[in-house]
Amino acid sequence: MTPEALVEIKGLNFSYGERSILKGINMTMLRGKVIAIMGGSGSGKTTLLRLIGGAVTPSSGYVKIAGKVVHELKRDDLFRMRRKMSMLFQFGALFTDLSVFDNVAFQMREHTDLPEPMIRDLVLMKLQAVGLRGAHDLMPAQLSGGMARRVALARSIALDPVLIMYDEPFTGLDPISLSVIGNLIRRLTDALGMTSLVVTHDVQESLKIVDYVYFISEGVIAAHGTPAEVRGSVAPFVHQFVHGEEDGPVSFHYPAEAYASDLKLETGFA
Amino acid sequence: MQRTVMDLWVGLFVIVGIGALLFLALKVGNMGTYSAAQSYMLIGNFENIGGLKVRAPVKSAGVVVGRVTDIRLNTETFDAAVTMSIDSRYQFPKDTFASILTAGLLGEQYIGLAAGGDETSLKEGDKIMKTNSAIVLEDLIGRFLFNKAAEGDKD
Amino acid sequence: MPRRIVIGIRGVGHRVIDSIWRLGYASRFFLLTLLKSGTSLRRFGLVIRELYFTGVLSLIIILVSGLFVGMVLGLQGYETLQKYGAESAVGTLVALSLVRELGPVVAALLFASRAGSAITAEIGLMKATEQLAAMEMMAVDPIARVVAPRFWAGVISMPFLAALFSTIGVFGGYLVAVVVIGVDEGSFWSQMQNAVDFRYDIVNGIIKTCVFGVAVTAIAVFEGYDASPTAEGVSGATTRTVVTSSLAILGLDFVLTSFMFRGMS
Repeated sequence: MTPEALVEIKGLNFSYGERSILKGINMTMLRGKVIAIMGGSGSGKTTLLRLIGGAVTPSSGYVKIAGKVVHELKRDDLFRMRRKMSMLFQFGALFTDLSVFDNVAFQMREHTDLPEPMIRDLVLMKLQAVGLRGAHDLMPAQLSGGMARRVALARSIALDPVLIMYDEPFTGLDPISLSVIGNLIRRLTDALGMTSLVVTHDVQESLKIVDYVYFISEGVIAAHGTPAEVRGSVAPFVHQFVHGEEDGPVSFHYPAEAYASDLKLETGFA
Repeated sequence: MQRTVMDLWVGLFVIVGIGALLFLALKVGNMGTYSAAQSYMLIGNFENIGGLKVRAPVKSAGVVVGRVTDIRLNTETFDAAVTMSIDSRYQFPKDTFASILTAGLLGEQYIGLAAGGDETSLKEGDKIMKTNSAIVLEDLIGRFLFNKAAEGDKD
Repeated sequence: MPRRIVIGIRGVGHRVIDSIWRLGYASRFFLLTLLKSGTSLRRFGLVIRELYFTGVLSLIIILVSGLFVGMVLGLQGYETLQKYGAESAVGTLVALSLVRELGPVVAALLFASRAGSAITAEIGLMKATEQLAAMEMMAVDPIARVVAPRFWAGVISMPFLAALFSTIGVFGGYLVAVVVIGVDEGSFWSQMQNAVDFRYDIVNGIIKTCVFGVAVTAIAVFEGYDASPTAEGVSGATTRTVVTSSLAILGLDFVLTSFMFRGMS
């Protein structure tokens, strides 16, 4: 299968009132790949996901998914498209009033007329894929953070989507759960032929599993490339980000007037 | 929480709630004794209704047989036209006597119906010909004082 | 100085525009909830689930408060009425107070603080933990799936709760007046039945509770849905639900009472 672009982003701008969040983003995401979008906190990564999901409308430019411009879709068409997409939220966003089983079954019951025995088989299959078949009658409150994330992953593949977006899937996980989630993302992407879009700031874990990386900084794409290219990159921003250096293009200090003048030292001895 | 347990509780809740509504309607309220659906209207003209109010009871031999539904002034005769809704179970002869009475000395005022001997019954919209006005305390006292004064003059 | 006045006027204008905008937003949300109620009517199981949480779980507080309110009414009513030798009218006093005013109003106030705040907190938390956003991304409308069933459950349970409140209140009055004090049982009930009119007192009371039920649940679901998705946001929204719906209940009660009982003794 020749890889074709599933998601195409051209000249995307977005601003909240006066404050512009994204400035002229261009991206291409090929089918069957795991793509990471990295950047510091507040760099507009989550906004980008919301734009792809059609939750907000861009100021200019467009997001095209499978050839359709997302923000021009009517509500019904948008909902129809969303059934082929899914999103894994930062802390899983499991429905706290439903059991693990009902959480995974949620979309099947909402969107299909499948008979209950078939739903049961499908749910157990999805849970088996994330290793939590035994936990199907627990409530979300009884799960650890890593398990909740895995259940959410099972829920997001419930209807075999073509595109999954992950919003900070590694946040707040211990190293074991972290690599479990990372490997699951890779494995499920390959097994189901989906496209995965991982928004994260966990560099080391994501470089192990992704095919391509975009760095976003202050609303623009600062760099992009394959993990090997990124690791060897000499671009100052990428170098700082990958190696977690304190100072660099992203400054440690919040912009301020000169330290000495702020402490009134220039005139102090006059 | 099991689905069936929840259903059971909600079912109980709804049944008890409907029970409470029925209790209010039948035991606390007067729906058991009078129903607006099965009633007929009678009209009586009174010279003076005193303190009679809409919704005051209409009684015959002390039994509530209906309610006053409307009171207005007839601008031709300048007396009060009182509309009563009477339970259809009770029929009254044409020459029934309607008077405005008071329950106790200071109690609420009501209409008392005293049946006559006529063969034909009053029907929907009929007018009660024989009426007796409310006793107005001021008139009573005035008449009493007038009589006393008249007696005094004689002495 | 004039600059300050201009700033002051601007502040007033800002606040007025903001509150009008919010009112419009809330009305729009209310309309959307009504329009998207199809799902909850088609899948009534969703409403039944919420009926359990709003109705059944409010029963204890409603029944206990109703009993005590009725008992206090019986005591106080007897105290005052016996001075005029009219202690047999205590049933009338208890029943009329409960059916016309206290039943609908107190039950609605309790409902707002028990069920209304719970609805707001639940929806607010679902928003804060991105459950509503997740639902939206799964192409399921959260207004149809989360808001509307809770709204209808509240609207359905309110009249039942108020009726139970009045019923148990009348029973409480009966306990105190007849069983404890010894007012004649026959005249207790017969005076009550003579004075309480089905159409004017009971039906009007039920209409009141329905209006209160719509107001309280509409406020509760709106505040929850509109809460800012943080811990402070949710707790603030919960407080606002109780305050706003209590004020709405009392205000609406005055308006409804003046329409219903105007020109009557």
